[in-house]
Amino acid sequence: MSSDDAADPPAAAGNGAGGSNGSKDVSTTGTKAGTKAGTKTVTKTGVEAKAHHHRRGKAPAAGKDRTRLAKAARWFDARVGGARIGRGALQKIFPNHWSFLLGEVALYSFLVLVLTGIYLSLFFDANTDVTTYSGSYAPLQGQQMSNAYASSIGLSFDVKGGLLVRQIHHWAALIFLGAIVVHLLRVFFTGAFRRPREINWTIGVTLFTLALMNGFAGYSLLDDQLSGTGLRIGYSVLISIPFVGPWLASLIFGGNFPGTDIIPRLFVIHILIVPVALLMLITFHLAILIKHKHAHFPGHGARDDNVVGERLWPTYTFKAAGLFFMVAAVQGLLGGVAQINPIWLYGPFKAENVSSASQPDWYMGWLEGALRLMPNWESRIGWFTIPNQFYSGVLVGGVTFGAMYLWPWIEARITKDHAEHHVLDRPRDKPWRTAVGVFAIAFYTVLGFAGSDDVLAVAFGVSVNFLVWAFRIGLFVVPTIAALVTYKLCLELQKRDGPFIDPVLEAEDAAAGDGGADGRGGKDDGGGGGDDGGDGDGDDGGPEIDPSSATPGDLEPATS
Amino acid sequence: MAEPQRRAPGHPAGSSKRGGEGLPAVAFVIATIAAIGFAAVYVQTGNTQVLGVLLFLMMGGVGVGLIVWAQRFMTPPEPEIEPRGQLESTEEDIEAFKADFNVGEYELERRGMLTKLLGISAGAVGIAAIFPLKSLGPSAKESFKETPWASGKRVVDEQGRPILANKVNTDGVLTVFPEGDVGDEFAQTLLIGLRPGQLVPVPGRETWTPNNIAAFSKVCTHVGCPVGLFEASTGQLLCPCHQSTFDVYQACQPVFGPAATPLPQLPLGIDQNGFLVALGDFSSPPGPAYWDQRKPS
Repeated sequence: MSSDDAADPPAAAGNGAGGSNGSKDVSTTGTKAGTKAGTKTVTKTGVEAKAHHHRRGKAPAAGKDRTRLAKAARWFDARVGGARIGRGALQKIFPNHWSFLLGEVALYSFLVLVLTGIYLSLFFDANTDVTTYSGSYAPLQGQQMSNAYASSIGLSFDVKGGLLVRQIHHWAALIFLGAIVVHLLRVFFTGAFRRPREINWTIGVTLFTLALMNGFAGYSLLDDQLSGTGLRIGYSVLISIPFVGPWLASLIFGGNFPGTDIIPRLFVIHILIVPVALLMLITFHLAILIKHKHAHFPGHGARDDNVVGERLWPTYTFKAAGLFFMVAAVQGLLGGVAQINPIWLYGPFKAENVSSASQPDWYMGWLEGALRLMPNWESRIGWFTIPNQFYSGVLVGGVTFGAMYLWPWIEARITKDHAEHHVLDRPRDKPWRTAVGVFAIAFYTVLGFAGSDDVLAVAFGVSVNFLVWAFRIGLFVVPTIAALVTYKLCLELQKRDGPFIDPVLEAEDAAAGDGGADGRGGKDDGGGGGDDGGDGDGDDGGPEIDPSSATPGDLEPATS
Repeated sequence: MAEPQRRAPGHPAGSSKRGGEGLPAVAFVIATIAAIGFAAVYVQTGNTQVLGVLLFLMMGGVGVGLIVWAQRFMTPPEPEIEPRGQLESTEEDIEAFKADFNVGEYELERRGMLTKLLGISAGAVGIAAIFPLKSLGPSAKESFKETPWASGKRVVDEQGRPILANKVNTDGVLTVFPEGDVGDEFAQTLLIGLRPGQLVPVPGRETWTPNNIAAFSKVCTHVGCPVGLFEASTGQLLCPCHQSTFDVYQACQPVFGPAATPLPQLPLGIDQNGFLVALGDFSSPPGPAYWDQRKPS
């Protein structure tokens, strides 16, 4: 958190350091720009940069810009400043674990979605006026259809590369939602939602909700038979909300279903309202992540008051950029060779038609499954009705997201753990939470399969009625068994492997000898005394590095 | 910013070695060739599959090159460490903030009347700003309950042609609309040709099925999909969306799946020319339930 911390009053940093370790002499750390204020900062930064370069022993002295890039950078720096903040950013540490890439995959999918989506929006015509198709797809020629559907067919067949981009867009949406879900599960199972990350958890759940809505809005835009069916179901769930449902549905659809307003309105929702909201929330999500610094798994000396990992520049940047290209590569390949949502086969939407085996995209499957499995309950008190689809649509969805939003507080209340955590849990060490998570995964997976019960019935040659009952029972039995097995498994793993011991921390504590490292409050931020040459305070426990050490990887004072 | 007490990365022993550059170099070369190929294919045929594969190679080439480069030459043997810093503000900062904030707060408290008026006016502005939303859609209450079906309306098929009562096939189904409203989602109706005695009429509807032709709303009472599948051997209508099943012989009572209410029945008659006509609107409001659907209008 370079900008923030850099703006901290120097006194605070100094006090903090002094408080945590009286022997630390902040004023002797001559190269510490962070402890100096005001006009001196510039000079100090210069000195520091110079010292740094000297250590590397190759860069030219400050003020001599050899390259165009350096000159351009100086031009900007003279106008907006930022070398110090920028340098802090370059040196920012990111913990390294494969599971930390999941959120990045979601981010890069969003980027692919924006790029492909802008291209598609230049060809798509979001209105439902009826036209006669005259494009190059022969089976539809001469048919009456909406401009929305006709332009979707047109950009698939008569725009070079249009089908590729449309299919990449759809695949990227599926992967976007998939990455969000798996990222959310990673955060859940490792306890990364605990203080101080509750706010970011709720932003993440909101991002998930918005992404889900936008996926639905996106495939509903094309006005093909399948998307029209999905919209009818959405409309019916909407009107089931007591008191306000019909009114809300009428406002959104501009009257009764289907009307002529919903496609142009969905377009505005899909390409403007939700994407802008997503972009803003992603910005907050990442800003808070930078402020908190990424959580890390135990090991390699990871503690609640430090960050262990790789530098933003160049290591992490190269890997992250590489990951973006890999994500784009996979989505490009899928968009090219794997057919998805062949709307020309579905035909234009007609209210009286429906195709059997109507399936939503995967991320809507659990809601579809809930609609299918719901017993035919409908509550009536006089003429007041609570419709069936209120339970399976509104309530299941509402409880699901409500529980997700509240989970950090629910868990904190149960465990009475309100402390700050930056070291992640191993799932086995929290058997209760892990079992809850596995229960949820199993529950929604069963619902998702139930959303395809007609397809499964054909595939396995059993009756749909049998499958519906099997799923109704399985919906509660399977998650319960899965949760119990998980709980037991966690305990067994604990018993077999014992508690996790980080050899680095062990060695550190042994070297400290005074009962463990202090400085865990992290108050020495910005005031570390590692460059005083001697690195005499071994009991500091902080992340000091001996600059005179020969091997750059040798980061632990206790081991040097 | 925590002072980085770290050595510059990329300088671990042996990082200047040439060996290991091969794979990322090959990846970048593949990416370049694939990119040229992508442009060439786009200009030529624009074949979707070929473009997809080339996109994979060009993006994947750059991606592999970057990642392998980073892993081989930019990853120090040991991870680096920086302090995390403290999130919460110091007590002094909080007190100083409070003191500054209180300057304004005091002003609000001192001029209580102005503060109250400000609150009232802001609330009024906010409420007024909601009203334009009303233009988004009509109050659809009545159109939720009534369809264009009315006494004497002729029954027509999807092409708008009227239907002769003696031309309806036994065991057959036909999607029909009120004349003048072909394609109306809410009024779509299924005409079913039954055999004598199959349908057990609901009391009061004995005369609704001339020539054993029954008519039911095609809009599923669950979530509104068209109830499209009729199994003549069992007399069951099935909704393909969520498998709600209705027994036509029992006036379309739901027998399986999530639907809780029967499909509304349309009273049918035959006019003097032998064409099917409606004798009124549906027996109850069609479509999925909502909170006051059953409220008598």
